Amino acid sequence: MIDRREMMKRAGMAALATGFGSFRALALDAVTLPIDNGERPLVKYPQKRPMIGLTSRPPQLETPFSVFNDGAITPNNAFFVRYHLADVPLNIDPDKFTLEIKGKVGRPIKLSLKEIRKLPAVELVAVNQCSGNSRGFSNPRVAGGQLANGAMGNARWRGVPLKTVLDKAGVQQGAKQVTFNGMDGPVSDKTPDFIKALDIDHARDGEVMLAYGMNGEELPVLNGFPLRLIVPGYYGTYWLKHLNEITVIDSVFDGFWMKSAYRIPDTACGCVEPGTAPKATIPINRFTVRSFITNVTDGAKLKPGGTTLKGIAFDGGKGIKEVAVSLDGGKTWTPAKLGKDLGKYSFREWKLPVRLAASSFELKVRATNNAGDTQPAEPFWNPAGYLRNVIETVRVTAA
Amino acid sequence: MTRGFFLALLLTHTAAACLGGPAGAAPISYTLPDETAAFKPGPNLEVVQNNCTACHSADYISTQPRGPKFKKDFWQAEVTKMIKVYGAPIDDADIGKIVDYLAATY
Repeated sequence: MIDRREMMKRAGMAALATGFGSFRALALDAVTLPIDNGERPLVKYPQKRPMIGLTSRPPQLETPFSVFNDGAITPNNAFFVRYHLADVPLNIDPDKFTLEIKGKVGRPIKLSLKEIRKLPAVELVAVNQCSGNSRGFSNPRVAGGQLANGAMGNARWRGVPLKTVLDKAGVQQGAKQVTFNGMDGPVSDKTPDFIKALDIDHARDGEVMLAYGMNGEELPVLNGFPLRLIVPGYYGTYWLKHLNEITVIDSVFDGFWMKSAYRIPDTACGCVEPGTAPKATIPINRFTVRSFITNVTDGAKLKPGGTTLKGIAFDGGKGIKEVAVSLDGGKTWTPAKLGKDLGKYSFREWKLPVRLAASSFELKVRATNNAGDTQPAEPFWNPAGYLRNVIETVRVTAA
Repeated sequence: MTRGFFLALLLTHTAAACLGGPAGAAPISYTLPDETAAFKPGPNLEVVQNNCTACHSADYISTQPRGPKFKKDFWQAEVTKMIKVYGAPIDDADIGKIVDYLAATY
């Protein structure tokens, strides 16, 4: 929690900035997302290139979609940012930082960053996607962060398996879940702190990771420096930033951010009839299958003739088996050539050479994973705007 | 001031690079840019500023969906959520004023 003086200072600075009728030139430019009320400032933060500003306090930054055309790995300075609570840690001393592991363990321990870095390191390429990614496309629209498709990114994470540190502390018999808390927190002590939980078997699967490295560098501050949780295949809500407290518990965690927030309908599709409420809900979990065309934007005018379409696909960890492209609005499909396999949790690049005669085209892309899961032709809907994975459509004209 | 902190961040990172890693790295000071959004003029603007800005910036509101389905009921539900779920200390007398402002202005 930040003290009241600091809180007033931060709020006051905002008032001051607006009071002078100037935004201090930090809004560089503006972009319009393809949704109603989609005007957003392009904002510049330290360690970041100009990003789409969703909110400034707490900060939420969306990646400009063109970044996804540059390669399978999302650069650190373009990686999306999502905080829930406004007390963001701004002064971090990596030498004083400790990670505490406590609760139902044989030996509660505190590890320094140096100690964590001495443990055998692992690397994994994995997509992090915000639960609310693409919420702005929900129809009917729903409350929440109004994002287009840029609250996702793919990085090579370096760190240690969570299992290693849990084993060091010695998980006791009867443990059910593990909770995770970070250095960020609420402004008011009445606001529930952002704490998430994973089942004990999931936490000990050897893949869930404590990461200090991202694409060969330290984590950017806004992406969780100096340590964050990596939960491969799972939505970003579990990927705790500034992680400094791990607690093993012998019950199912009932904090607000698990029990009430980040829930999806308990149905096969995670969806309900648009505009209706689910009968029962479960915590959001694995990504649905998604794919995008990245090198042609909706409404683009192309020259007739040969061109190569390209893009990315990903899923919740089965791995992408096939990407198919349609030039005729979904009537016929042609398999695309898949790019380098960086692992089952990574973006998978794809490309397909096509010939476009002088005409209008409804381009579509559809991925299928190794379990046979694919994307729906019509969007699923749920009240929080989660899990969007409709087959994406890009309309272009060749003339 | 912002420029000074940019420099501080740069120096911190340079120091870390010279030492070949984070061991002995200096503390990092990060400064968030000033906010770019303000509440639009409207009835009870002051009440809204006093009650809402401690926890979040105005863009949390201005980016929400618009239209006839996103008027009084929508904003009433949002204000209730802020009080019941997030513990916003809003006086009962202010609730209606805030909802009226949000419904009239966004």
